[in-house]
Amino acid sequence: MKAYMGVDVGSVSTNIAIINQDQEILEKLYLRTQGQPINAIKKGLMEIKDRVDYEISGVGTTGSARQLAGVIIGADTVKNEITAHAVAASTVVPGVQTVLEIGGQDSKIIVLRDGVVVDFGMNTVCAAGTGSFLDQQASRLNIPIEEFGGLALQANAPVRIAGRCSVFAESDMIHKQQLGHNVEDIIAGLSQALVKNYLNNVGQGKEILGPVIFQGGVAANDGIKEAFEKELGLEVIVPEYYDVMGAIGSAVLAQEAVNEKGRTDFKGFDTTDFNYYASSFECEGCSNYCEVINIYQDDEVIARWGSKCPKWEAV
Amino acid sequence: MKVTFPHMGTMSIPVKSMLEELGLEVVVPPPITKRTLDLGVKHSPEFACLPLKMNVGNYIEALEQGADTILMGGGVGPCRFGYYGEVQEEILEGLGYDFEMIILEPLQGDWKELFRTIKLLVGNIAITKIRSAWQKGWAKAKAVDKINRLANQTRPYLLKRSQASEVYEEGLELIEQAETIKDVETKLSLIEEEFNNLDRNKNFEPLKVGLVGEIYVVLEPFTNLQIEKKLGEMGVLVDKSIYLTDWIEGHIFPSFLRQDQKGKKVKEAAQPYLNHFVGGHGLESVGETVLYSQKGYDGVIQLFPFTCMPEIIAESILPTVSRDLNLPVLSLTMDEHTGEAGYVTRLEAFIDLLKRKRRKEVVI
Repeated sequence: MKAYMGVDVGSVSTNIAIINQDQEILEKLYLRTQGQPINAIKKGLMEIKDRVDYEISGVGTTGSARQLAGVIIGADTVKNEITAHAVAASTVVPGVQTVLEIGGQDSKIIVLRDGVVVDFGMNTVCAAGTGSFLDQQASRLNIPIEEFGGLALQANAPVRIAGRCSVFAESDMIHKQQLGHNVEDIIAGLSQALVKNYLNNVGQGKEILGPVIFQGGVAANDGIKEAFEKELGLEVIVPEYYDVMGAIGSAVLAQEAVNEKGRTDFKGFDTTDFNYYASSFECEGCSNYCEVINIYQDDEVIARWGSKCPKWEAV
Repeated sequence: MKVTFPHMGTMSIPVKSMLEELGLEVVVPPPITKRTLDLGVKHSPEFACLPLKMNVGNYIEALEQGADTILMGGGVGPCRFGYYGEVQEEILEGLGYDFEMIILEPLQGDWKELFRTIKLLVGNIAITKIRSAWQKGWAKAKAVDKINRLANQTRPYLLKRSQASEVYEEGLELIEQAETIKDVETKLSLIEEEFNNLDRNKNFEPLKVGLVGEIYVVLEPFTNLQIEKKLGEMGVLVDKSIYLTDWIEGHIFPSFLRQDQKGKKVKEAAQPYLNHFVGGHGLESVGETVLYSQKGYDGVIQLFPFTCMPEIIAESILPTVSRDLNLPVLSLTMDEHTGEAGYVTRLEAFIDLLKRKRRKEVVI
């Protein structure tokens, strides 16, 4: 059987998905990146290697470390996460018109019509509408993030919390705590604040029509899902593999790419036997002082980036 | 007297030539680098927009090289640019620099003011001398804009797309060195020929994207992270809605000297969405987006510095324009960040969107 692998290396998690020719999900893996993308990629590949006995016919990478992952694995396609998420969403829920995606550090909205992306938005300088905002507040309240969503659903009278900025939200939340509001109501209020911030910030000016799907790590949170449904007045679908959608999209894109070029550049799972590391230096050729990064496979430089001019382009 | 002025894209080429023709000694600020940005950010108010900070960086680096007179544009209207000269003067004075700041206010029908400023710079000078200096500067301004257009129109078709930037950079140098107007023309045809000689990909229909937005970040590649080159090398034909020469024609020339009625057309195009001046290029951003749609472009990218009021107004109007005309629009805010990953992600995703949209339209 032919199978395609997608690898999504984000700031918070590294995800791998394997699909068959009919784009059904065969395997998935969710790992924490922990600031060490190279290790996470190797660890992920080793884990998934033991689980599969299919021939991998194509590989795609996405996420903020997509280039790095692409070089190490030998990717057939290296695509940005917006495209990957959109492709996954329309594969999993055909006819989807809006994708809400909230990850650890970024959040985006993707508007599709007839299976084609027609508009998208992505948070720029503000993190108040992302998972890290929830993480922060959860630790402040001393509640494990996994329980957050369930508690929000138990609220009777959610309190209003200023959601424009995570710093303001925090002080507002503390004031409400000190007045004696119970934890469930505060958590529900926080969820609403996040949703409002997301819709005002990322969703600004976008036409949100159903079917709406909600994906990314934060989609595990039922409280947020409910807050979205209330705010939008629409049903919000959380797909089964909500946490690895980027990887699924990337696998679908890999299938397309391989069909087009007729072969794969996948280096095989043995690629994990090599030692990969990066080193950087500051180029002193001009006053830009570019931080140039070398990626090594054992002692050989296999990729290099970070410079503004072509001086360091050739490997 | 050693005169300097801020950078904005390739503006230094014509301005230097014009000032030298007037008999002035010119110190062109060193090319913009991270150091320029760092200096500007360090010494400017945090809430000011990026162009002000870049200017301050340019001045400091030029003053370090011995400049003692700064020439800066002024302005009227809701954009903060009108105060830049004054604010920058105070910043530099506070830092202890000894210099003279000369601010060129827009004409608004008053030629006397302009002559007074020129007199401040060069003393009593024959009007014919001013005219010839202007003509030379203008010829160079036209020439650099022309080769920039050529580079953008050629790049996506090339087998080796990086060659376009090579010819372009080389061309800028040739125009800078040209001694006379005649020489500018000769060099220009030389450069044109070089562009024509590059190997092209036949049967290739590139996506077409128009750039609108605030003039400084549209024209200055350092602040827009080389968007023309980035898009062009992805195989996209890029067109800028603003060029220095267009802007000068529209804002400084009296109306009977303007070659085309571009300003009027832009205003008319914007009319259904925005019908009065909001400062800066806010109105133009809306109007030009409509015009790009009429010209069959696949998409429009709006660029502006963080906190730019006129462009924020345009940004809030553009989604309506985009929906009405079925033309994808991407708004990008530029600030002091130099990390390119997030920026490239958005550009790539936008280009993917345009590609898939076109493919679908072809099928229909």
